[in-house]
Amino acid sequence: MTDLVLTADDQAMLAGDRGEAAALAMKILVEMAGISGAQRLIDVTGAHIDSCLFHGIAGLDFAERLAAAGGRVVVPTTLNVSSLDLIHPDLYRGSDEDRAHARRLMDAYVAMGCRATWTCAPYQLRERPALGEHVAWAESNAIVFANSVLGARTDRYGDFIDICAALTGRVPEAGLHLDANRRGTVLFDLTGVPGVLLDAEVLYPVLGHLVGGATTGTEIPVIDGLPHGASEDRLKALGAGAASSGAVALFHAVGSTPEAPDRAAAFGGREPSRTISVTVEDLKRARDQLSSIGVTEELGAVSIGTPHFSIDEFAELISLLDGPVAPGIDLWVSTGRDVLAEVERRGWLADLEAAGARMVVDTCTYITPILEPKPGAVMTNSAKWAWYAPGNIGVDVVFGSLEECVRSAIEGRVWRDDALWG
Amino acid sequence: MTTRSGADRGLHPGEATGEVVVLDAPLSFWGGFDPRSGLVIDGHHPQHGANLTETILVMPSGRGSSSSSSVLAEAIRLGTAPAAILLGEVDPIVVLGALVARELYGTRIPVAALMPETYRSLTSGETATVRVSEGTVEIADDFRLTPPSDQIVANGKEDDGLRRQ
Repeated sequence: MTDLVLTADDQAMLAGDRGEAAALAMKILVEMAGISGAQRLIDVTGAHIDSCLFHGIAGLDFAERLAAAGGRVVVPTTLNVSSLDLIHPDLYRGSDEDRAHARRLMDAYVAMGCRATWTCAPYQLRERPALGEHVAWAESNAIVFANSVLGARTDRYGDFIDICAALTGRVPEAGLHLDANRRGTVLFDLTGVPGVLLDAEVLYPVLGHLVGGATTGTEIPVIDGLPHGASEDRLKALGAGAASSGAVALFHAVGSTPEAPDRAAAFGGREPSRTISVTVEDLKRARDQLSSIGVTEELGAVSIGTPHFSIDEFAELISLLDGPVAPGIDLWVSTGRDVLAEVERRGWLADLEAAGARMVVDTCTYITPILEPKPGAVMTNSAKWAWYAPGNIGVDVVFGSLEECVRSAIEGRVWRDDALWG
Repeated sequence: MTTRSGADRGLHPGEATGEVVVLDAPLSFWGGFDPRSGLVIDGHHPQHGANLTETILVMPSGRGSSSSSSVLAEAIRLGTAPAAILLGEVDPIVVLGALVARELYGTRIPVAALMPETYRSLTSGETATVRVSEGTVEIADDFRLTPPSDQIVANGKEDDGLRRQ
């Protein structure tokens, strides 16, 4: 049994003083605090909700019950992707019934005061948590980015508990909120990897996939040997890959992430429990695992922007897209509606669409029926998309760099450049 | 056999009887289990195609996705979920699915984390009864547990273990 101690405020909320919705949320938080062994609840300054993606009536029943009971979030709260693109509604190919349910779910969360951000990359929004700030973020890539790249503190929150935290502003003091659980434990040593590969964008999702597959449970990976000052987009790709093939919710990249100025700091002064020396062969194997089929040239579509494409990635796409997308090929770009507005403001959207790129916002192409069924593989530069899409939407995937994806879209066939991989 | 080990950890209260299905690998309910059919749909899982409805599900952990809470709650709503879930380690995502389904629909699916000895004593195909109450776990493989289950229901409110300040 837990030794959880509640404040007078917590107890008042539990007793219903702030309404039925907050009382139910507090009841669930208290029970989950017992599971994690927390001794108290702590304040969070914000929340990011993943429960707004439709998985069935139970999720809808829960949200509508909270909303009907007058639930209002008490901290700034952003919303993850949903099942629908509200700006391009015609893209949705699912049933009318699912569409109606998905829309009701979205409406319930907005009714509770959450911001209609509909992005899996809340870290690309203007306001984001600072180093050491406690938040309640759900969705695995958002969690690993918040912890690793921002140095904010969130545990692995998911469906249901995310909104409970937002309605109460409280979470159990457990997991990655605690210093002791944030120290690195496993060393991934990249000194054996050639510099040309270390400098390549494609290394990051592949390395993430490798790290996720090689760590278990609560291990915290420390990656040493990457060029210092890696960009947020590269760290995003690494984290998303590691949180897909594994349960990584925090990594330290020495010289790039805020809790790892050097190796000793990343490990909190302790020795690694084990060291994994990463070789080019390991990375090649990880890259090959990300393609669900062997050698193929037949291409049906290209999907980029998982997690959501950033403004810098759009700039890179524009520089690579030096010709129109081949007839019959779709080039899908998933992004947040705020980033899309910036793309439009900069005058880039018309050029991108004229070249054949198709924008998807508010959702993502691997979680909802958008892609048109057609022969040929789908190419992606995302380890996360490559990991989930074959099971979720029944497509064959070929993994490649952004450059390989864009050139393939232009040529209308799978194009890969193996030079990097020796 | 009846085990009543204080070291097994009850995570969500309830009582259930069913056929034991021991999974050889962790299963993510999201993406790995279809709440409409009750079948394991993860093509990489060694027990792909297994029907988990009303079973005593024994598995190492829930592996990964936090959306699994929603999928489990949905399966409980539809009546396709396991009758009980016994884990090799604590998995809050599984507990949360059971907890929310209880709050929404009043269905109590026992969930527990077992010590290795208890875990290994369970074999696919046998019938077992599981009772989780006030953090303790009882498992019987050949007879209904006593006292009868109505006593558990009558005492349905668990001690929440809180010290008020």
